[in-house]
Amino acid sequence: MNKTWIVAQREFSSRVKKKTFLLSTILLPLVIFAFYAFMIYFSVQGNDDLNIAVADNANLFNGKLEAKGDVDFTFVKDKDTASLNRQIEKKAFNGYIFIPASYNVLSADTLSIVYGKTIGVISQERIKSAINKQLEQKRLLALNITQSQLDSAQNRAQIEFQSVTGKGKGDKSKFAEAVGFISGFLIYIVLFIYGTMVMRGVMEEKVNRIAEVIISSVKPFQLMMGKITGIGAVGLVQFLIWIVLGIITMTLIPLLMQGGDPAAAQNIPGGAGAMATASQNTSGLAAVVGGINWALLLPCFLFYFLGGYLLYSSLFAAVGSAVNEDPQDAQSLTLPIIMPIIFGIVIMTKAVNNPYSGLSVFGSLFPLTSPIVMMARIAHGIPDGVTVWELILSMVFLIVGFIGTTWLAGKIYRTGILMYGKKPTWKEMWKWAFRKA
Amino acid sequence: MNILEVQNLKKYYATQKAVDDISFSLAPGSIFGLLGPNGAGKTTLIRMLTGITYPDEGQIVFNGRPFDPVNDILKIGYMPEERGLYKKMKIGDQALYLARLKGLSKLEAMEKVKEWFERFDMQSWWNKKVEDLSKGMSQKLQFVTTVLHEPKLIILDEPFSGLDPVNANLIKDEIFRLAKNGASIIFSTHRMEQVEEICDHIILVNKGQKILDGTVKAVKQQFKENFFRIGFGTATDKLPEANGSYDIIASNNYGVDLILKEGTTPNQVLQLFINEGIQINSFQEKLPSLNDIFIRLVGNTATARQFQNIIA
Repeated sequence: MNKTWIVAQREFSSRVKKKTFLLSTILLPLVIFAFYAFMIYFSVQGNDDLNIAVADNANLFNGKLEAKGDVDFTFVKDKDTASLNRQIEKKAFNGYIFIPASYNVLSADTLSIVYGKTIGVISQERIKSAINKQLEQKRLLALNITQSQLDSAQNRAQIEFQSVTGKGKGDKSKFAEAVGFISGFLIYIVLFIYGTMVMRGVMEEKVNRIAEVIISSVKPFQLMMGKITGIGAVGLVQFLIWIVLGIITMTLIPLLMQGGDPAAAQNIPGGAGAMATASQNTSGLAAVVGGINWALLLPCFLFYFLGGYLLYSSLFAAVGSAVNEDPQDAQSLTLPIIMPIIFGIVIMTKAVNNPYSGLSVFGSLFPLTSPIVMMARIAHGIPDGVTVWELILSMVFLIVGFIGTTWLAGKIYRTGILMYGKKPTWKEMWKWAFRKA
Repeated sequence: MNILEVQNLKKYYATQKAVDDISFSLAPGSIFGLLGPNGAGKTTLIRMLTGITYPDEGQIVFNGRPFDPVNDILKIGYMPEERGLYKKMKIGDQALYLARLKGLSKLEAMEKVKEWFERFDMQSWWNKKVEDLSKGMSQKLQFVTTVLHEPKLIILDEPFSGLDPVNANLIKDEIFRLAKNGASIIFSTHRMEQVEEICDHIILVNKGQKILDGTVKAVKQQFKENFFRIGFGTATDKLPEANGSYDIIASNNYGVDLILKEGTTPNQVLQLFINEGIQINSFQEKLPSLNDIFIRLVGNTATARQFQNIIA
């Protein structure tokens, strides 16, 4: 059997069988999900509920003030501020608004809110907007303008963005931007995680001094390619698990929402309530999701995932072979490899908005950045984001690119893996790469 | 037919001639000592024999045909001086993996690994990891992984370092057994007493060149200094007149070490002592040890001084 294959099998199974693989595969998305859930929950939740007493002596609100978010209003009959102050001390209310009977709607008199403990900025805004909304109506009435008159005057134009081909309408392009960004970002993460995994694997073999034993049975190039293939397979499996998990959660969440008590769901601020409303718009969402050419995007994602990984992992392998025990050597040597990846992500953030800018076109053709940048363009589809020719050219460049880097890296690797002692300079590595046999 | 013919092998690096025109041959079933001070070019030479690097010039003939690095390395077992195993991998899996890289099928590999584990009484280690093994244990494992694919040529670099006498003997017996079964063994070491004990044939390299080649016996004969030791039966403080036939190196009341001058035979010297009326109970030629020969041959070179420190 081909030795590259035997090496790849070991690299794959030694990683997949580890407990950390299972943990990181399952826990990582959970941790990320939980992290975002917490962030959203707390940003929506804010502080504890605020109860504001309203002493409406001018009868401005007719006992109606809309509760907003964490702010509740309670109408009280108290005529003086002293008794209200006492109620705050007793913590019956968090604050109160005293509206004197003499309050004039049309004059810009100040209303003050007296509070016990400090009220947060967001809650302050909510209180202000609830009161202003009511006051606005009162003022309009005082000026003899009806709400419907005002509404028709304030009506906004419905403006739709449409590309010349007739596709790429409205929400779709926003969604395409998001999809492009996410897939580009995923490839960026993949290059980092699995690239450094290859590098550490090579360093391990060199530090353990098993490299010499192995390459007395296997060509160094076979060893390197076996390692790259095996770890690439680990990455693919991990991705497949995540995709499957993602699909399961996507299908489970709406089911849970419908099954649960709708009233209870509404009580969770922002979270489930918002999702319930979102699910009413499913048809609109489906249209947006369907607007993306998944049949193009998914195979391209796979291609650029593999192409980018092969291109960079061989470079990481070369660096791993050049360093010795000291991990700090690795840091300085990986810098030139990390730079183009960072450039890629920077160009990608521009390319999601503007797929045809000069920088985007360059970034999506240049093999060191194309795996990241091209994803942002492909999400917009052909020809909205990228022309067929550019896509083909970019793929050819990437294939040529990874054959080139693998060839060079293989030569550096072959020499580096048996070199012990001081860290090689870039000049020396350059010599290893280009000298014959 | 020789298993290995090395013909005028050269490997030059930018700064030095690592291997400079070395030739030797190796018969099947022989144990061959490859000796030399640190930096003499032994590792470079071995790496060319194992297909890890290629010679600049010269030829390696393996088993009658020019050396083919892809297929012939399957018939070679190499244990480098710097031992290496995967620390986190189970020992059984590790042995299987290395055997399969040497071209054995899964089934053959399993059979061989079991056979060798049994021979070395290592079956209970199967599920342990290398990091749990002592140095001696991992050394044994390393030896097993080197030889279990039944190589025709086995190259061992300092195979006994770090082994206790019991395990060293175990490995030594295995080396003899493998040689008896027809494997040729190249044995590279600094431990001269082991070379004298194990090797049939030696070469010595220094500064990339071969400076000595022959059987252990022949080399000793070649470098003998007519050094004899006479032991006395009774204490004697009066020695015969040498008359220029020998030099006394050391002496006490019970014996004398002497070097015979050119043209003097041992019998003449004995006659002198007997005529003096000295009771003689032993007379023995002292051949130089390989250690002495080595220090004599490479003692003046820069790398050799390092070498002396190591064997001292």
